[in-house]
Amino acid sequence: MKKLIAAFILAVAPTVAMASGGEVEYDKAPVDLSNMESLQHGAKLFATYCLSCHSAQYMRFSRVAEDLGMSEDQVKKELMFTTDKIGSTMTIAMPAKDSKAWFGNPPPDLSVMARARGADYLYTYLRTFYIDEKKPTGVNNKVFPDVGMPHVLWKLEGLKKAVVEEHDGEKHLSFEMVTPGTMKAEEYDAAVGDLVNFMVYMGEPIQLHRKALGWKVLGFLLLFLVVSYLLKKEYWRDVH
Amino acid sequence: MTSIATQLLGWVDDRFPLSKLWREHLSEYYAPKNFNFWYFFGSLALLVLVIQLLTGIFLTMNYKPDAQLAFGSVEYIMRDVNWGWLIRYMHSTGASAFFVVVYMHMFRGLLYGSYKKPRELVWIFGMLIFLCLMAEAFFGYLLPWGQMSYWGAQVIISLFGAVPFVGPELALWIRGDYVVADATLNRFFAFHVIAVPLVLVGLIAAHIIALHEVGSNNPDGVEIKKLKDPNTHIPLDGIPFHPYYTVKDIVGVVVFLMLFVAVVFFTPEMGGLFLEHPNFEAANPLKTPPHIAPVWYFTPYYAILRAVPSIAGSAFPGVVAMGVSVMAFFFLPWLDRNPVKSIRYRGLCYKVALGLFVVAFLVLGYLGMQAPSPLRTLTAQICTIIYFAFFALMPIYTKMEKNKPVPERVTH
Repeated sequence: MKKLIAAFILAVAPTVAMASGGEVEYDKAPVDLSNMESLQHGAKLFATYCLSCHSAQYMRFSRVAEDLGMSEDQVKKELMFTTDKIGSTMTIAMPAKDSKAWFGNPPPDLSVMARARGADYLYTYLRTFYIDEKKPTGVNNKVFPDVGMPHVLWKLEGLKKAVVEEHDGEKHLSFEMVTPGTMKAEEYDAAVGDLVNFMVYMGEPIQLHRKALGWKVLGFLLLFLVVSYLLKKEYWRDVH
Repeated sequence: MTSIATQLLGWVDDRFPLSKLWREHLSEYYAPKNFNFWYFFGSLALLVLVIQLLTGIFLTMNYKPDAQLAFGSVEYIMRDVNWGWLIRYMHSTGASAFFVVVYMHMFRGLLYGSYKKPRELVWIFGMLIFLCLMAEAFFGYLLPWGQMSYWGAQVIISLFGAVPFVGPELALWIRGDYVVADATLNRFFAFHVIAVPLVLVGLIAAHIIALHEVGSNNPDGVEIKKLKDPNTHIPLDGIPFHPYYTVKDIVGVVVFLMLFVAVVFFTPEMGGLFLEHPNFEAANPLKTPPHIAPVWYFTPYYAILRAVPSIAGSAFPGVVAMGVSVMAFFFLPWLDRNPVKSIRYRGLCYKVALGLFVVAFLVLGYLGMQAPSPLRTLTAQICTIIYFAFFALMPIYTKMEKNKPVPERVTH
């Protein structure tokens, strides 16, 4: 059996290396859930660039409106392209069978992707596409080698080529801009930051409120602690 | 008003021993007055059980035990059910809290010899509760139907496949399919929400009845029933559980709840320890996650499983070692040959042995979470030897101990 487990691990190791790119270090994503402007901008980017191939089938438009302080009309105009029901979830019209044929795998649902992979992974992933003529999409990725997804944001970022340098026998991948996009490098980083920020929110919408509630509960318990401690002291006065 | 209440109580008491139960288990159950920090964890375990039962009932109202719907129904609870996120986080944090509390409770038993005569059955019922808890946690972990749920169950069930001759058939019988699938999810749901909890509650009742029959041990390991007031027949070092320990335990409950709430509201994933990151991806039978590890409370036993080398290509020895590592606790009352209960009055041997055991247990717990490497495997093997030596050599080293004199009365 242990052989089987070992075989599992061996069989899986290459795909792991593929999925995580080995020892790639992720850049720190600028996540700030209190920044409504960033979340709203991220939501717009998400609806415009992600939501045609990827679904977010557990996220409701009405919840986005409520949590991010957007009006229903605003959400309908800026985020909803395939439905007009504000209470519906972020589903897509693309059949999984077609997308499997086009990309090799159907694009995964993104509702909880930020919780599965982490914000830093997503932030790095979306900023490390580079030109690779061997791929059908024309691009490859540093943290997800041979990814099936095209560089959807290329018009914004532009297209980069990879430069491999060797230091002490270790290969380092850096990038050089070939075709500039509509955004400067800092602008693109900020835009991806907003997008990832929104995806972190989407992974667990309640996190905007749960910490605030937590302080109240802790405050109540602290009061209760004082009372219960005094009660205990009073009862135990006669125990010697 | 008072007389009506008294009359009603009298009416009930003539038909059901309500007052008698209250007296025997609370107001006239005499507990030693010197309980310390370690004695909070029994009542806390009961509290966590209640939290798990209540939150579990409400989760069941919205959860769908169906391979197609399970993952989505959990997200539905997290997003669309009123307070569903709180109920779910309380339940997921409660699972880990249950093990924290029970491990502390068991360690208390090791410190003060609570398993020794006349409390052998209290200990054995307690161990059966621990087994049930492990089963409950294992069955429950499959239900969110995430990647780690799925592959964790896949690996653990296939351990049964290592049993000689009947293994593969046995694993197939447990799964109800050739891989973990809808049939497995359905039966695990049945075990998690009714079968195991039913047994668990029954065992807890037996645990408490047995305890109240023989009386509680204490940090000095002194039997308080030996010295009683000649007139009242109340143990000289005993105080009524209610109100003394009820008010004391409330303080413990509040402190525990503050820690519990801090996790629930501020870090429900506990950095991937309580809710593992890969479990936020729906189960995919075609995609094995890079690194499969059980939740933290199972990792010491998992590390033992991996540390034991296979013989003739069969991993069965590892599976047996893992089983024995849990079952060994059952035999403590008979392995420990020292009549002195509390570590306070025992010789150096047991203190060293217990210290080594705790270190080995924690190191194994850490190693069980990590991917194996040659150095880690070697460390795990050394810790496994220490783990088993603690039990196997116990009859020898507990005989050699030079005890300190045990006082007549408890120290307070």
